[in-house]
This record gives sequence, structure tokens and C-alpha cells, in this order.
Amino acid sequence: MVYLTRRTEFSASHYYHNPEFTPEENRRIFGKCNNPHGHGHNYTLEVTVKGEVDRRSGFVVDLKELKEVMNREVIDALDHRHLNKEVPEFKTQIPTSENIAIAIWQRLEPRLRVAQLHRVRLYETPDLFVDFYGEK
Amino acid sequence: MKAHLTRRYWFSASHRLHSDEMTEAENQTVYGKCNNPYGHGHNYGLEVTVSGPVDASTGMVCNLADLDAFVEREILDRFGHSNLNVLEEFAGRVPTTENLCREIFERLESGFKVPNVKVEKIRMEETLMNSFEYAGGRELQV
Repeated sequence: MVYLTRRTEFSASHYYHNPEFTPEENRRIFGKCNNPHGHGHNYTLEVTVKGEVDRRSGFVVDLKELKEVMNREVIDALDHRHLNKEVPEFKTQIPTSENIAIAIWQRLEPRLRVAQLHRVRLYETPDLFVDFYGEK
Repeated sequence: MKAHLTRRYWFSASHRLHSDEMTEAENQTVYGKCNNPYGHGHNYGLEVTVSGPVDASTGMVCNLADLDAFVEREILDRFGHSNLNVLEEFAGRVPTTENLCREIFERLESGFKVPNVKVEKIRMEETLMNSFEYAGGRELQV
């Protein structure tokens, strides 16, 4: 089994707010991430797939295909967007890095035909990242 | 849905690698310039990984403000700008980064108590060229 990771970046804005919380609860739990007009990050996304190396091509996965799927399913949908307002998953969920990583997994997993998705790692800043392995 | 969250911190400290159970010559052979008598320092990078279900109402595994406050109080204040050799944690123990990893992991595992949150592992960079990972003796997840 060989693991292969492809990295990409996108920039987006968001804010954290749960309408079921009171304004005080929102401020206490989410701090400055609750500021109503939002703020942004340069996100770095690492997608790791795993598989056996194909004997003829020497590939685990066709990198071009992986890049196309990542661009189409993730970058086109999230890059230079306001996540709360423009991305369907975050109409009902808070766009924390945890939930963004899960949404990216759910977007990619059904589209990867050759290799198996192993991990989605999403950096919100260089000092903070989330890993999702598809665990329930 | 279970996710893993990793936060990176920095602190600076000095140490000297020297074992009282070895002769001077053995110490020099084993530890090389890390055995120089007055010690030396590093900027340690510390990555703390916690895991747990993503809370439906907050979207979080764990509130970062709680993790930051704990690490600041129990780890960065304790070890930052210190000489590790003189701390009681390292009495009779060589303050290698392996031993420092074990000490920091145990502080986190025994002290950072948040429902449904597990301290999964830590990773320490002693320099950009070497790093150590410790998960309480468990195998690491790739």
C-alpha cells in the first residue's frame, strides 16, 4: 500500500454563529470568530489517497485526475467564497475547520474512482489543522 | 463524525544531555556536543492532537480557547525559558526530547479533561531537522 498526498490552497471567509444560542452564548463560545461580518483564511488542503501501485503505470492514482476532482469539487466551490452564505453544507452547519474537512471528504469520496481516500487534512493557519479519516 | 484537531505551539528552553550512570567518556561518546557542560537551547515546536466527535451545536471537536489556556498554563509557562535539567520532572532523567515528549503527553492526558475529547498524540520538533512523536505508547495513526 502506498499513500499519496496532493496539496492545494483556497481562500475563503466565514463566521461562527449558532442561531439556537443566545447572543451571549455565541460570543462566549466562539469569541472573535463570532464577529458578524466574518473574517477570512488562506486554507491549505492536503488530500491523501492510498492504493496499490499499478504494475503498468507505476501510479497509485492518476495525479491529473486527482487534481481535476479536487479543483472541481472543492476549489471551484469554496475558493474566494463566503462559506456561510455561498456553500450549501454551511446553511445548516457551522463552517469550522472540522466541518469543512468533513464536507470536503464527502465531496471527494464518491468521485474518486481509482484510489481510496485516506485522509483530508485542512490547515486553517500554519499552526492549526484538522484531520478527518472518514470515521463515524 | 470523529475528527482530529492539531494545534501548534512554540517554546524555548535549554538542556544538557548527560547521564550520571555513564562515565565522562561514555557521555561524550553517546551525546557528543549535546553533552557540553553548560548546555544549549532549542526553539521547540509542539503539536498537540486531540480527537473526538464534532459537536453538532458548535461544529468543534474541542474549544481551542480551552486547549490554549491549558497548554499555556501547564506546559508553556512551566517549560518555556527554563533550563530543563534543573526541573524536578527531570531529576534522575536525561531531558532528551523523547523524555520531554513523554512528560508533556502525560501532563495533557492526565490534566486536560474535556468530555468526549481524547489527547491523541503530540509531536515535538527540536529543530527543523528532527522531530519526535508520542501517543502514550500507542501506535500512531498514519
